Amino acid sequence: MKKIRIIPVLLLKNGWLVQSRNFNTFENIGNPTYAVQRFSEWMCDEIVYLDISTDNTYDLRRNDINYNNRKSFLEIIKDVSKVSFMPLTVGGKINSLKKIEKYLKLGADKISINTMAITDRKFVNKAAKEFGSQSIVVSVDVKKYKSKYMVMKNKPNQSCTEFEVKEWVKIMQEEGAGEILLNSYDKDGLKKGYDINLIDLVNKSINIPLIPIGGAGKLDHFSALLNKTKVDTIAAANFFHHYDQSYYLLKKHLFEKKYNVRKHEFNTWSK
Amino acid sequence: MTKYLKSKKPFVCILNYGSGNITSVYNAIKFLGYSTKVSNNMSDISKSTHLILPGVGAFDSSMQKIKYKLPLQYLKKEIFKNKKPFLGICVGMQVLATFGYEFKKTKGLNYIDGETIKIKTKKLKLPHIGWNKIKILKKIDILENLNNKDFYFVHSYYFKAKNKNNIIATTNYNHSFPSIINKNNIYGVQFHPEKSLTNGLKLLNNFIKNC
Repeated sequence: MKKIRIIPVLLLKNGWLVQSRNFNTFENIGNPTYAVQRFSEWMCDEIVYLDISTDNTYDLRRNDINYNNRKSFLEIIKDVSKVSFMPLTVGGKINSLKKIEKYLKLGADKISINTMAITDRKFVNKAAKEFGSQSIVVSVDVKKYKSKYMVMKNKPNQSCTEFEVKEWVKIMQEEGAGEILLNSYDKDGLKKGYDINLIDLVNKSINIPLIPIGGAGKLDHFSALLNKTKVDTIAAANFFHHYDQSYYLLKKHLFEKKYNVRKHEFNTWSK
Repeated sequence: MTKYLKSKKPFVCILNYGSGNITSVYNAIKFLGYSTKVSNNMSDISKSTHLILPGVGAFDSSMQKIKYKLPLQYLKKEIFKNKKPFLGICVGMQVLATFGYEFKKTKGLNYIDGETIKIKTKKLKLPHIGWNKIKILKKIDILENLNNKDFYFVHSYYFKAKNKNNIIATTNYNHSFPSIINKNNIYGVQFHPEKSLTNGLKLLNNFIKNC
């Protein structure tokens, strides 16, 4: 039977790996290529790489011998795909089919689309027709207003759209999205657990896989989500950057509790 | 593999019909330390010791591109006459079939008897995306020394082999389907070894080293 997927999400802002809180506070946590290499060593199920820069400057501000300065997200992805032999999703500022093709050609397997899906939903349709639904992930950010879960638009300014999340994800599925990446403004970076109601609601509204993220702070948050919903995929960002061997330990925890995950292992590559 | 090929230093030719995962396959073979090239040139195909047909996407559009871009007559000679080891990945495995039924009935390469049809699911979601186990029916050289039996899958269709002898391993997603097939020097894998971490690298290495 298919295994539960545990997916680290890396956020990149102007060439640096960052952590985010409530979509407004960002803290620098290091060099992106090395983080990916680390996750590759931890044998992750998949990895998601999102560029959340608001302008186009990429500078690792290191020009010494061991670090190659990387000036574009494209170059960073190129580096990443040489060291990580695992499924790679790339997103951030995806606004043309050409850009999608470029990332796929560099070794990305899936492309995550967010703002562009809201601006022009036919874009999702065109992308799915051109590259196949399996390579199109639609990323949806949600904020709770009174009792309604509303879809948020992040650019040019953070604003609430007219869509409730359950309608929006159905539309995206219709347009050809292969998976939905779901984040919550209210839970992002707080380490207090996932928004289980939101995730359950969305998971029941669609037939395509859901990748929920936002709020993981301890091991039990993962098992709580698996116990209370039928999701078979969980993502987290900050959680994996804060504890040593976090990915390995999480996998071990879930495996020992008899969840259907791939067994925890370190990369001990030898021919 | 023929004795003549065995005596040569491995050179892997990755056939290019515009499929998305070419770079990943290329990076993986490079990482393993073999020389490789993405090419459809007859001279590269002729020089190569191993051929890989990658694949992501639909049967019908892939077949159209394959017919248009690959020198099929020449390839056939290399595979069937010169017995060059050939590996089809994902759609690259599916197109080995006689026919495919994605969108419409389409002729495949017909290297191994079978049909490519949709996975039957009731409640389970399609595409089948994620890590799943293979059940090995026949122990062959490309399976040597694997860490475990988990590989990464992304697909909605599968290769229904006519001849049970061609099925090397199966995987279960609502029902069991062939995840590795083999006939003489022709191999097909439904999963993506280039995305299956060290387990996938081992399989690719076995293909180059043992086949």
